[in-house]
Amino acid sequence: MALSGSAGQESGPGVNAKLWRFHGGVHPPQHKAESTGAPVRRARLPKRLVLPLHQHIGEAAEPVVVKGEQVLKGQMIARANGYVSAAVHAPTSGVVLDIGDYPVAHPSGLSASCIVIESDGEERWVERTPVEDYTAINPSHMRNMIREAGIVGLGGAGFPSFIKLNPGPGKVVDTLILNGIECEPYITCDDMLMRERPQDIIAGIHILRHALQAKECVIAIEDNKPDAYRIMSEAVASEEKIRVALCPTIYPQGSEKQLVQVLTGKEVPSNGLPIHVGVVLHNVGTAYAVHRAIHLNEPLISRYVTITGDAMGQTCNLEVLFGTPIIDLLDECAADMARLDRLIVGGPMMGFAMHTVNAPVVKTTNCVLATTTQAMPAAQTAMPCIRCGACMDVCPVNLLPQQLYWHSHAKEFERAQEYSLFDCIECGCCAYVCPSNIPLVQYYRYAKAEIWAQEREKDRADLARRRHEFRIERMEREKAERAARLQKKKADVAAGGTKQKGDDKDSKKNAIQAAVERARVKKEAVTNEADPSSEVEDSDKKLD
Amino acid sequence: MKLRTPISPHIHIRTTVTTVMLRVVAALIPGIVVYAWLFGAGVVINILFAIAVALTCEALMLKARGRPLRPFMSDGSAVVTAVLLAVALPPLSPWWLTLIGIAFAIVVAKHLFGGLGHNPFNPAMVAYVMLLISFPREMVLWAPPTALAEPPLDLMETLRAIFLGHYPGALSIDALSMATPLDQVKTQLGLEQSVAQTLAASPAFGILAGRGWEWINLAFLAGGVWLLRKRIIGWQIPVAMLGALAAMATIFYVIDPEHYASPLFHLLSGAAILGAFFIATDPVTAATTPRGRLIFGAGIGILTYVIRTWGGYPDGVAFAVLLMNMAAPTIDYYTQPRVYGRK
Ligand code: SF4
Ligand code: SF4
Repeated sequence: MALSGSAGQESGPGVNAKLWRFHGGVHPPQHKAESTGAPVRRARLPKRLVLPLHQHIGEAAEPVVVKGEQVLKGQMIARANGYVSAAVHAPTSGVVLDIGDYPVAHPSGLSASCIVIESDGEERWVERTPVEDYTAINPSHMRNMIREAGIVGLGGAGFPSFIKLNPGPGKVVDTLILNGIECEPYITCDDMLMRERPQDIIAGIHILRHALQAKECVIAIEDNKPDAYRIMSEAVASEEKIRVALCPTIYPQGSEKQLVQVLTGKEVPSNGLPIHVGVVLHNVGTAYAVHRAIHLNEPLISRYVTITGDAMGQTCNLEVLFGTPIIDLLDECAADMARLDRLIVGGPMMGFAMHTVNAPVVKTTNCVLATTTQAMPAAQTAMPCIRCGACMDVCPVNLLPQQLYWHSHAKEFERAQEYSLFDCIECGCCAYVCPSNIPLVQYYRYAKAEIWAQEREKDRADLARRRHEFRIERMEREKAERAARLQKKKADVAAGGTKQKGDDKDSKKNAIQAAVERARVKKEAVTNEADPSSEVEDSDKKLD
Repeated sequence: MKLRTPISPHIHIRTTVTTVMLRVVAALIPGIVVYAWLFGAGVVINILFAIAVALTCEALMLKARGRPLRPFMSDGSAVVTAVLLAVALPPLSPWWLTLIGIAFAIVVAKHLFGGLGHNPFNPAMVAYVMLLISFPREMVLWAPPTALAEPPLDLMETLRAIFLGHYPGALSIDALSMATPLDQVKTQLGLEQSVAQTLAASPAFGILAGRGWEWINLAFLAGGVWLLRKRIIGWQIPVAMLGALAAMATIFYVIDPEHYASPLFHLLSGAAILGAFFIATDPVTAATTPRGRLIFGAGIGILTYVIRTWGGYPDGVAFAVLLMNMAAPTIDYYTQPRVYGRK
């Protein structure tokens, strides 16, 4: 096609277009080989599945089943609640045991609303209507189908995918990036997916491109996955405008903004989105899920999960139904429960350590990493910051982590914001290299949380102030009204008295009328602003 | 079962503060060996004595401040301070000079300013300047290189000289010592001698700069380059400092070679190399942003030249470092790197 304006951007396997670099980055030990030895198999069907209503970014889904109801595999059990939300489907057939609070995989260790399904072991599907020709469907309908399928970004954050398939009016998508970077150590689920399901991924990419009308598509793979690279390259050999980019391994290359920089040389504006530089990113797993949703009409009910760590008897990748309790996986892979010390969901750089083994696998669970103190010894005592700048040298956002730390530590949050605290992506590179062993990310999270709390507090204070003003106004108004009534009474009494005071009386009458008028105006003003006062009541309740 | 739930990241490289500090000490060793080779064992004795004093002071101060002993005693920072100050003192300095200097560095310049990571000024340089002001006579008594001393002191004589103040025969420390090359150039310039005449006339000058000093400085340079390669220090401060010093020296040398020493002489004499790689790069007290480090280093280079050439002291590195230490926080604030995605 004569469309391509930029030189050297040929498509096809083996041809690697120019790559750029992002600032900093680190090279932690990979530990990927442990879990790529065997083909992916399905995890055992659990007896009970616990499905959190909140497995994504945005509003929690809203249950559409009731306790005791029979459900079929793939049946929607909770629907998206608002625009930024995602539906939840039954991963297998069975009966709804309960809807209530259960432990979930969340850093806070708190419980959250879940639907519990007891499987009947029959795996009976709902009726499905596969789409033969995706090009016959218009992009908006397509997005809706993807939305109905409950698909969220499978790379980690879990942002509802259909939103990222809607670039908005007038926005042109130059590049669709398929993120197969998987830069976190230990995790290999995308690697295995690319090795085992290349055609399905490509089929998903076609759908995504159709929905986005993207000019070209790049599948990004790090050079620590030569097999996946070879297989994907072969798979796109006959494709037009889809190419595979082999990127030198460096963490955190898989982070959206860094990957945009590597592949396009452009920087996503701070507070902006990749679409602002003509780029949309989806995880390769998401492409796979989209293919299944459209071509097979299967909603998102399972994913590849890497099971690894030195506390695991067997390290591998499993296809796991959502809702499967992690303890079941530990069991199936013969984890050494006596030596298990840290149970991490996600990778060692950004994953979080769980409080319980009972939480379920959800849409964003890419890895279950079970380690002993041997592989991951407890952190050493933190020393003072010696300002060596090692953190600064590795920060992919080009921040000054030492200054962020200094000001967060001193609780000088405004200063921390001057040093762009909120641009920090919490990748952990700085803490990884800090010779003083300072848990830097912890300080940044703390500072961010404090700033949010202060802002909430300020909003609350604003409301309180408005409420206070409202009360003062009301008291003034009542006072004025009382005064007016009193005046009127006096006037009425005086009306039967001497006429000498006529002028005086008139002026009094005027005064009364003026007061009443003032009060009325005020009252109107207040009723117009009545909402804040009710808001105050509400927010008070919430905050208490 | 109790699961541990620390915050990410869950892994960490092995480098610790101790590694950083010990590497700095290791990088100083080649220079020290050459130093001892050319000037006798005095410097080594000074260093060992300084380390002992520094660790004692460190322990006492940690106790007094209620800090845990183990992590802080083993961090190696006191050792670095001790070695740097001991290297900067004349090799036959009396023991009490070292004692006072180290005690001042650790107790006042380090701990009273908040301890490791909080001290705004380089402790070794604070102590050095304090000694220079309080004991000007002792601080300029440099023994000549052993090749020039007649006869050179052996180990026992050196020990006696340092700890007892006894010198062999009827010699006094004054007779044993001679002015440093930088000193001589300065004095002779005052006597209307040209630099070239001075260099030719005195046995204290070697091929490139001061006799002996040139080799010591080359050895320190080798250690410094190793630190760069190990990424213990960044390139910005040493390059900017030496570059600025050389630039200043070149300008004046080109204008008037009669009265100004050559850039090479400036680079390889006095504490320029030691300062550039080991003192100005002290992370705690230096500027920390990449551009800030360039400004910080250049500032030290320029100030060093100015103080050497027109100031009242023969070498200006210590003063220059302290002056720039003061400016470091401000430099950092105005040289923040451009954050990803921002204009
Ligand atoms: S790496 Fe650690 S010690 Fe070094 S400057 Fe950063 S926070 Fe400070
Ligand atoms: S966690 Fe934040 S400050 Fe630290 S390296 Fe990552 S982005 Fe930079």
